[in-house]
Amino acid sequence: MSFGLVSAAYVAAAVLFILSLGGLSGQESAKRAVWYGIAAMALAVGATMFGPGVGNYAVIAAMLVIGSVIGWYVAKKVAMTEMPQLVAALHSFVGLAAVLIGFNADLELTRVLALDEASRQALTGFADVLAHKSGVEVSILRVEVFLGVFIGAVTFTGSIVAFGKLAGKLDGKAKKLPGGHGLNAGAALLSLVLLVLYAQGAGIWALLLMTLLAFFIGYHLIMGIGGADMPVVVSMLNSYSGWAAAAIGFTLGNDLLIVTGALVGSSGAILSYIMCKAMNRSFVSVILGGFGATTGPVMAIAGEQIAIDADGVATALEEADSVVIVPGYGMAVAQAQQAVAELTRRLRAKGKDVRFAIHPVAGRLPGHMNVLLAEARVPYDIVLEMDEINEDFPNTDVVIVIGSNDIVNPAAQEDPNSPIAGMPVLEVWKAKQVFVSKRGQGTGYSGIENPLFYKENTRMFYGDAKASINQLVQAM
Amino acid sequence: MKIGALREISAGESRVALTPDSALQLQKLGHACVIEAGAGEKAGFSDAAYTATGVEVLASAHAVAHSVDVVVKVRAPEPAEAAMLREGQTLISFFWPAQNGDLLEQAREQGATVIAMDMVPRISRAQKMDALSSMANIAGYRAVIEAGNNFGRFFTGQVTAAGKVPPAKVLVVGAGVAGLAAIGTATSLGAITYAFDVRPEVAEQIESMGAQFVYLEFEAAQDGAATGGYAAPSSPEFREKQLAKFRELAPEIDIVITTALIPGRPAPKLWTADMVAAMKPGSVIVDLAAERGGNCDLTVPDEKVVTENGITIIGYTDFPSRMAAQASTLYANNVRHMLTDLTPNKDGVIHHNMDDDVIRGATVTHQGTITYPPPPPKVQAIAAAKPKEKPKELTLEEKREQEAATFRSQTKTQVGLLVAGGLLIALVGAYAPASFMAHFIVFALACFVGFQVIWSVSHSLHTPLMAVTNAISGIVVLGALSQVGSGNWLVVTLASLSFLIATINIVGGFLVTRRMLAMFQKS
Repeated sequence: MSFGLVSAAYVAAAVLFILSLGGLSGQESAKRAVWYGIAAMALAVGATMFGPGVGNYAVIAAMLVIGSVIGWYVAKKVAMTEMPQLVAALHSFVGLAAVLIGFNADLELTRVLALDEASRQALTGFADVLAHKSGVEVSILRVEVFLGVFIGAVTFTGSIVAFGKLAGKLDGKAKKLPGGHGLNAGAALLSLVLLVLYAQGAGIWALLLMTLLAFFIGYHLIMGIGGADMPVVVSMLNSYSGWAAAAIGFTLGNDLLIVTGALVGSSGAILSYIMCKAMNRSFVSVILGGFGATTGPVMAIAGEQIAIDADGVATALEEADSVVIVPGYGMAVAQAQQAVAELTRRLRAKGKDVRFAIHPVAGRLPGHMNVLLAEARVPYDIVLEMDEINEDFPNTDVVIVIGSNDIVNPAAQEDPNSPIAGMPVLEVWKAKQVFVSKRGQGTGYSGIENPLFYKENTRMFYGDAKASINQLVQAM
Repeated sequence: MKIGALREISAGESRVALTPDSALQLQKLGHACVIEAGAGEKAGFSDAAYTATGVEVLASAHAVAHSVDVVVKVRAPEPAEAAMLREGQTLISFFWPAQNGDLLEQAREQGATVIAMDMVPRISRAQKMDALSSMANIAGYRAVIEAGNNFGRFFTGQVTAAGKVPPAKVLVVGAGVAGLAAIGTATSLGAITYAFDVRPEVAEQIESMGAQFVYLEFEAAQDGAATGGYAAPSSPEFREKQLAKFRELAPEIDIVITTALIPGRPAPKLWTADMVAAMKPGSVIVDLAAERGGNCDLTVPDEKVVTENGITIIGYTDFPSRMAAQASTLYANNVRHMLTDLTPNKDGVIHHNMDDDVIRGATVTHQGTITYPPPPPKVQAIAAAKPKEKPKELTLEEKREQEAATFRSQTKTQVGLLVAGGLLIALVGAYAPASFMAHFIVFALACFVGFQVIWSVSHSLHTPLMAVTNAISGIVVLGALSQVGSGNWLVVTLASLSFLIATINIVGGFLVTRRMLAMFQKS
């Protein structure tokens, strides 16, 4: 395949990638969009494979088969509740690949620069591109390599830590080494110095040292972020993996890599922005961990938490016309989505209006709840976003809160001194009756009391979410 | 234990404290039930109905009083009934201990325990035994029905072939339980309903029942809420304002229902004679406060009077009794709930727990001592209302100005960003070679396209979006491919390794996305 044809294939692939992401605007068009993405990837890989300067086909074929089988197996086996950790794990792969490719670029560069004029003429592929670079271009190349490796390395360790936390293999609490963010800042500064040295011709040791530093930054940064901020972290890592790909694209002078990397990078950036907005916190404050300082004493809560049993909830549901269910991370932890779906089917069969209200940061991954409900065959047209449903709560008879806390905390609106003041929340307390399915009396991720539990129209339905909802289905 | 209900002997009282339904529930608690013959007759419950549910029917009040451990009644006992109480026996009924000091003393001397249903504290937990509320609810409903009975027109407005009928205008004064019930009934009959209360925090409740809250413009924010969900007396200035408002409304209003009561005081006079005079002939006033002197100057307790200008004023005090079947059902349920709380183990043994707020509050004599008045309840009935800030209405010009200001600041930030970005790119362009700039253009445009495209992604598809971008970011595989043909063994090894993991990423990412998307189904 000539260089011209390869470029043509790249153009087509880039267009298909854009269409693929654009198609995710609706559930039905998304099913087509994923095929666009697959076609684009096949086109890009195929064109590159049979394009100029590629060799060692035996190795390529072997890796392709092994990689495909592993990928297929993982995709087949993963449970929907494990999606957050799978996404994090896949991010780490992209990061590692970027690091390796960056190192390769350095090795090739060193090799090519060492060659004499005659053998340079004989080079093909990437080495050929390198051979034709001028002095300034080589410096720029070094900066690109450096950036690509840096971002890739941060993504790699960061994603591994995120994976560990999401999979429960690491403690989900925010942890920092003594020195805190000073350590990160120091490492970043040292990397900057190494960048300057490397651009001026320092050897591979600078790159290696920087990689170690970047590994540390990725690890330490994500260790310092707590469980419920994971949606932001995962989106951020998603964004980084894109930027790493774009930086590699610059290194290799490959426009398709640049375009695709930029698409993924901006996608992750927008997701992080949406998540931060949904928590009313700045990106920096999420990444640096911890909640904003409060300005005054937090409002005292009057009243008592009143418990109720499954029969009580069932009676209230029998009498209700409209029901809204607010799922949260607790539903995912208890794997209660099937039970919830069964409850929904029963209620709908009785002619009741059942809807779901999803807060943008519910769960540990953007859109996590939607996927879980879809898995349990809850139709997506009754699953609504916060903005779509918040106005309807005053006309709702019964709200069932399953395993969510901070996202339904009225203190965000009522108490200006609350740490979560100003965070957009689901206004469930405006409904006629609220039932909260919860394990015990503890507080949410933010560690603050939830006045919702003490409201007169709230009843606490204690117990494991799955067991409670199953009991409720029995009682109906 | 044995629980027995007496026939009400007070004239005109039709209610009964035990119904066949509540008896059934009491038997589940392990109690046996007894009733005096004919006690439920006026409320529509025959002796046969009681017998059918396992209630023993005894011929006389004496027989009942002698055989049972707990006597249940509606009205406070007459002296003859009180005389039948014996030591250790419990009486559950309305009692009004503040007004009936002698009766209280008599009960104490006889050693009986008295639980006064009118003393149940008004807290959330005790709502199920709040007989005052359930009776007030009935009174509010019945008040509207009585008014309609004496009102010569429709409640609802109608356009008929014979002509147009305007809707009736109803004013409800005092939005307690009775007031809210009256509002609900009046609005559901189609009347235009207004309501007034001195407690501003009930405005929301009034509006939720479909009535308009009559706002008073009063400087010093008067908060008329006292403990226990009742109103406190208001200042003279406030009262003046209030009366002026009523005077203004009187000529328009067809039906007035007054329910204003202040605990421990005569009912406040809110509807004066001159207001009655100002009303249209044929209008109706129902005074639910008649028993305590009435809110209207011209009310005669227990009677219906018609004034010279044709206004009907209803001063009945027995509204609940006029709906005896409904009132008995609710009252019997209230009593049943009280007994449920008194029988915590559901074993038919009454455990009079004086540490329980509700039981303590309602008990007025116990073990030979008078326990009235109870200590103040620990839990406030209604949370103190926060002063409601009204969002300031902006004039058209202010709005326009605000819009212009936001537009200006938006333009400023946008232009600022563009200029800064432009300068930065110019700086890069000044030093970087052409080959780099060519790629840079592609990069910048791709970022823009990415931002535009991703904003339109549906929130519910964020997880598939992440999975698919994950697969797509496996595009670094191209880099590995271009390096795998190298002459250096280390490069080949590293390149094949990165090719492998990027392939896992691509295949895994796309397949899991497909799996997820296939699950999204429309109903």
